[in-house]
Amino acid sequence: MDFKKYIPNISSCSLCPSAERVVQISLMSLLAASATYALDTELHGFVDGRGGYRTQNDPYEDERSLSELRLQLDSKTYFDWGEFSARGDFVYDDLADDIEKVDLENGDGFFDLRELNLLFTPVDWSDVKIGRQILTWGTGDLIFINDLFPKDWNSFLLGRDEEYLKAPSDALFASFFPSIGTIDVAYSPRMDADRYVDGRRVSYWNPMQQSIAGQNAVIDAERRDEWFKDYEMSARFYRPVLSWEGALYFYNGFWKSPVGGNANGAYFPRMNAYGASAKGSAGKGLANVEIGYYDSREESGPTQFVPNDEFRFLTGYEREVAKNLTAGVQYYLEWMMDHDGYEQEYNAMYGTTATARDEFRHLLTLRLTKMLMNQNLTLSLFTFYSPSDNDAYFRPIITYKISDHWKVTANGNFFVGESDYTFFGQFKYNSNVNLGVRYSF
Amino acid sequence: MKKWITALTAVAVVSGVYAEMSVDEIVNKANQASYYAGKDGKADVEMKIIDKSGSERTREFTLLRMNFEGGDQKFYVYFKKPADLYKQIFRVWKKVGEGENDVRQMFLPALNLNREIAPGDKRTSFVGSDFVYEDVSGRNLNDDVHELAETTDTQYVIKNTPKDPGSVEFSHYTIRIDKETFLPRKAEYFDKNGKLYRTVEATKVETIQGYPTVIESVVSDLNTGGKTVNTFSNIQYDIGLNEQIFDTTNERSLRRPPREVTR
Repeated sequence: MDFKKYIPNISSCSLCPSAERVVQISLMSLLAASATYALDTELHGFVDGRGGYRTQNDPYEDERSLSELRLQLDSKTYFDWGEFSARGDFVYDDLADDIEKVDLENGDGFFDLRELNLLFTPVDWSDVKIGRQILTWGTGDLIFINDLFPKDWNSFLLGRDEEYLKAPSDALFASFFPSIGTIDVAYSPRMDADRYVDGRRVSYWNPMQQSIAGQNAVIDAERRDEWFKDYEMSARFYRPVLSWEGALYFYNGFWKSPVGGNANGAYFPRMNAYGASAKGSAGKGLANVEIGYYDSREESGPTQFVPNDEFRFLTGYEREVAKNLTAGVQYYLEWMMDHDGYEQEYNAMYGTTATARDEFRHLLTLRLTKMLMNQNLTLSLFTFYSPSDNDAYFRPIITYKISDHWKVTANGNFFVGESDYTFFGQFKYNSNVNLGVRYSF
Repeated sequence: MKKWITALTAVAVVSGVYAEMSVDEIVNKANQASYYAGKDGKADVEMKIIDKSGSERTREFTLLRMNFEGGDQKFYVYFKKPADLYKQIFRVWKKVGEGENDVRQMFLPALNLNREIAPGDKRTSFVGSDFVYEDVSGRNLNDDVHELAETTDTQYVIKNTPKDPGSVEFSHYTIRIDKETFLPRKAEYFDKNGKLYRTVEATKVETIQGYPTVIESVVSDLNTGGKTVNTFSNIQYDIGLNEQIFDTTNERSLRRPPREVTR
């Protein structure tokens, strides 16, 4: 079968032939999976249409924040020795720069490969998943310390379904099950960066310009894409501790967004992270605590700027406060090491410290979830509020399941802040409202 | 004549047993029969949620269960339908000990995320149906005072009054228990005004591997006019399931669901 005719103009893509190959392989596997009855295969998916508008003018971005239609196909094939998963989105995005240019790393273009992996059990005490996959760990709710797997911040801030906050990794993921606990190791031979806010769709604080910027100053950081040299390694060990779950984490890789600067512009400096967490029941609810130390592995100098080390802390508590109403609160701290040094460097580069980060960033979150009408109607509000930055981010979501197949969603992302340069304040022109319809099959 | 006497003796002995059985024994046996059959078990469940107007929603899942010493039980629920729940996994560690909270976990495959669910109210709906969590895993026997209200030819009628009335929406409920199988056949819930508002019925029972088993049950909510029909198929007991499937301290069986549920 000639699959090429189903992939219009893909040869113009910059990452070809690898992207083309992956698209072909995934198409083939999806088709093969759905067509071959001899295999023990399941095929599911959805069609999701979403449109959104900014609720205020953004001098650097479109008025429309989302306008897209996506078809996700999700296939799973079972063998006696393992499972094969293929899941991908075919996207029509009216706001994309170039829909035909497929980039499987940052999700651009008409095809976004979410999963393509093989899961098997080579020995009784270990499972291995190899290929493209979604990876998650840690104890936070929309706050991540030791989960340094890639996130898609654009999707999150623009109001796509929450599952799109997680971007895929191309990795070898191995779990080991000795009697003392569980060890998970993820190895990505090439860095899987965040799909970071780069100004194309979401405006942001640009320190070079000392102002909010967007399409006028798109960040195009050099990718860490050398095989086996720009690798990332993440490890977790977890086990029961009394009646709680305790975990230790290690990460060796890079800052996930291009927070460093050198002669070539923004780049991904090297970083290690060490952390620990615990979670379990407390009273009538669930509690969690997590710490992490971000160890920046490069030095700032006359020609380059890298972030300082940071200590991060998170604690949270969640419980049902009334029937079908759940509340979750979290406190989160970012503590920058050598803040004086940072201010000196910042001043040397930008001629001011007025817009520099604080030594301590405190953040509080509150999640309220109410289910109504036999759980077919869900009202939820997630609020981030930083008393030190004096900014906030509100995420209301209303979801109604019309039937077993149809679901409608209305959501908003509202950013307020005293200053343009704080974490959420910088997004103040991106506040948006969305409507979505999904048919699942 | 001799046969007659034997038969009569048998009846006498059996009724004697019935008569001597205490309420607690009856309730215990009923609890064993309805929730603890076998060392472990498996069933495919189809749940039809039908509202007053007759419109239907369907949930399909495979349920695995394992019994542990002291009455604790662990459940593994693997969803197949509807599409937006497909591949989601719900694990429960039911703890019967005084003051202990159940562990409840939901695994969301699209995010590869294992989320602990706050213990919360066990009288809330299970996946949007008219069943509540307690119907699925069983209400703790120590939460109620049990009285034998009536004995018929075939059934015991037990009246159950909650020790902590503020924690539940009913004032009391009655259960009709089969004398022969000890399976509860019908439960009727009365609200704080003494009005019947909810029934749970075992509408079809079969004996599987020697265990009398409910293969269809119906919950009716008389206030909303809605009902949920559960149909169980492919029921198996004493399979020898791997304990690791249920281990809530370990994510292995979430990341790779066992063949018992995917096939």
